[in-house]
Amino acid sequence: MKLTRSPLLDAPLPAWRAHFLLGLLLLGSAALVGRSFYLQGINKDFLIGKGESRYERVIEMPATRGRILDRHGDVLAMSTPVKSVWAIPEDAKLAPAQERTLAGLLDMDARELSRKLAGERDFVYLKRQIAPDVAERVANLKLPGLHFQNEYRRYYPTGEVTAHMLGFTGAGDVGQEGIELALDNQLAGKAGSRRVIKDRRGQIVEDVESIHVPQEGKDTVLALDAKLQFLAFSQLKEAITRHKAKAGGIVVIDAKNGEVLALANLPTYNPNNRTRLSGAQLRNRAFTDTFEPGSTFKPFTVALALENGNVRADTQIQTAPGKLTIGSATISDAHAHGMLSVAQVIQKSSNIGTAKMALNIASVEMWKNFDRLGFGQPMKLGFPGEAGGRLRHWKHWRPIEQATMSYGHGISVTLIQLARAYQVFARDGDLLPLSLARVEAPPSVGERVFSAQTAREMRTMLEMAVQPGGTAPKAQVPGYRVGGKTGTAQKLDGGTYAHKYVSAFVGFAPVSDPRLIVAVMIDEPTAGAYYGGEVAAPVFSAVMGGALRTLGVVPDDTLKPLLMANLPPVPPAEEEM
Amino acid sequence: MARINLILLAIILLSALAAVSTNHRARKLVTEYEREQQRMRALEVEWGQLQLEQSTWATHARIEQIARDKLGMRAPKSGQIIAVEP
Repeated sequence: MKLTRSPLLDAPLPAWRAHFLLGLLLLGSAALVGRSFYLQGINKDFLIGKGESRYERVIEMPATRGRILDRHGDVLAMSTPVKSVWAIPEDAKLAPAQERTLAGLLDMDARELSRKLAGERDFVYLKRQIAPDVAERVANLKLPGLHFQNEYRRYYPTGEVTAHMLGFTGAGDVGQEGIELALDNQLAGKAGSRRVIKDRRGQIVEDVESIHVPQEGKDTVLALDAKLQFLAFSQLKEAITRHKAKAGGIVVIDAKNGEVLALANLPTYNPNNRTRLSGAQLRNRAFTDTFEPGSTFKPFTVALALENGNVRADTQIQTAPGKLTIGSATISDAHAHGMLSVAQVIQKSSNIGTAKMALNIASVEMWKNFDRLGFGQPMKLGFPGEAGGRLRHWKHWRPIEQATMSYGHGISVTLIQLARAYQVFARDGDLLPLSLARVEAPPSVGERVFSAQTAREMRTMLEMAVQPGGTAPKAQVPGYRVGGKTGTAQKLDGGTYAHKYVSAFVGFAPVSDPRLIVAVMIDEPTAGAYYGGEVAAPVFSAVMGGALRTLGVVPDDTLKPLLMANLPPVPPAEEEM
Repeated sequence: MARINLILLAIILLSALAAVSTNHRARKLVTEYEREQQRMRALEVEWGQLQLEQSTWATHARIEQIARDKLGMRAPKSGQIIAVEP
């Protein structure tokens, strides 16, 4: 049988059926073209994005905060990655045995742990900042509901010794105090991110683009010398314990380039463990606390008188009878001395001698001198809470005020200001800005305040003050010629002078070519002695001696015992208030 | 004409295969590079921790304590120092 013979095929079909079928086919293909146009053209970006999200990942690239190093490259502060363990209490259903193991690993109380896990919150930190290897062991327990978070923790190996200098960082490793705050901009790193393609095993197979390039924090090299810092700190601590003092501070400055080699305050704290901190511990006294400098201020007045040509080092000044009335007020020396040369006024620390010199100087000139020495204004080294001290404008000075200011009363300074100002004696009359960072190329000459001639004469006078017959023989350093000035100021308590004292000593060595300036301040010694020559001078001597030896400074004096055995010791001069 | 087409086809095939294998090698190298980078970061972390450890062992307070208590050392008094002239 032949199909072509089928009568059905012979029957004529209506033409619309063919057209209808063709129309359907056309419609179908139009739909397909439209759909593909939609996918390839209009909706393309969305689909590509969806596709990429299947294999592309954005990876965070954390940046580490820069280290803080001392001048020899020893690490003083450093951030290292740690992990924090957190849990979703709802998911973390632990058996009692598991809980005990976990508590043991995290070094915490099992009851505290179960209390944390029983809480209502959705998120709870179990322990913050644990060492990575501990975190790994916890992770190996494979407990449900536990999660880890990468964090950085900053460590300070030198602890309390450098606490005030370095400060510390808070949450997120952001600087909060000291150098950490002052130099936060360069220390802090900026986290970055980049886009990569990962294969199904989670390995990165292609680097697509970097979105933000991470910026590692810059290491900061301080001028600080960890050895000198420890020396200064331990000597200060010993003195404060011995004299039962409330507080104290010490600053060591390199006279050649203005570097701050050591700076310590007490009371202090451990920056690695900052629970229960008091304001007194946190205060960086050398920068924030002002005190009346007392006699340590006299050399500035005397130097100005010398500079103006009012007096010479051997000019005689009558200080008898130990009292001087200016207007309605009377100032006095603790011991009447009679005729004193200008050099002896410094050596014996006579208030009257200094005041008489000051009264021959115009108040505007004296004010300008103090101002140029940097008093009355904060140093702007970037430390939080830097104080400027009190220096009233000369227009408001009465003669009695000018007289008392000449020997350091009615004016207030910070220890670091005082130490810096002594550069004018330790250097040849000029003043360099201080630097917390290591100085590579020192400015050769600073701002000139006094002539080199005046500075040399002052050095001789200040050396006399630490020799027998001066106020501070205890400041002597075997093998080196030192110069310096004591200060003992009575503290104001509720507007009147109380039986509370601030003992200070500022000095430099070696006198033949000064290298270091050391300033010591001890607040409220209560164990009997309170004169600067008794309390602060021995600290100066120990720190200066140790520092000069450490730095390998050539001795400029013959080594001799401090007191000759066959000679009666000359009693030190009693110091004025 | 047909010969040229065949040659071109062969070249295209070869270059396509080369592209595939190069891409594969590149990805393998990237993986390796990333692994080394990771190792570098881990070593950096370890170095940091070692630095910290060294600093902690070398604190002057600790050295002084050991010198004083364990070794019985003390600072020389003024009469005990002999200066050597350079």
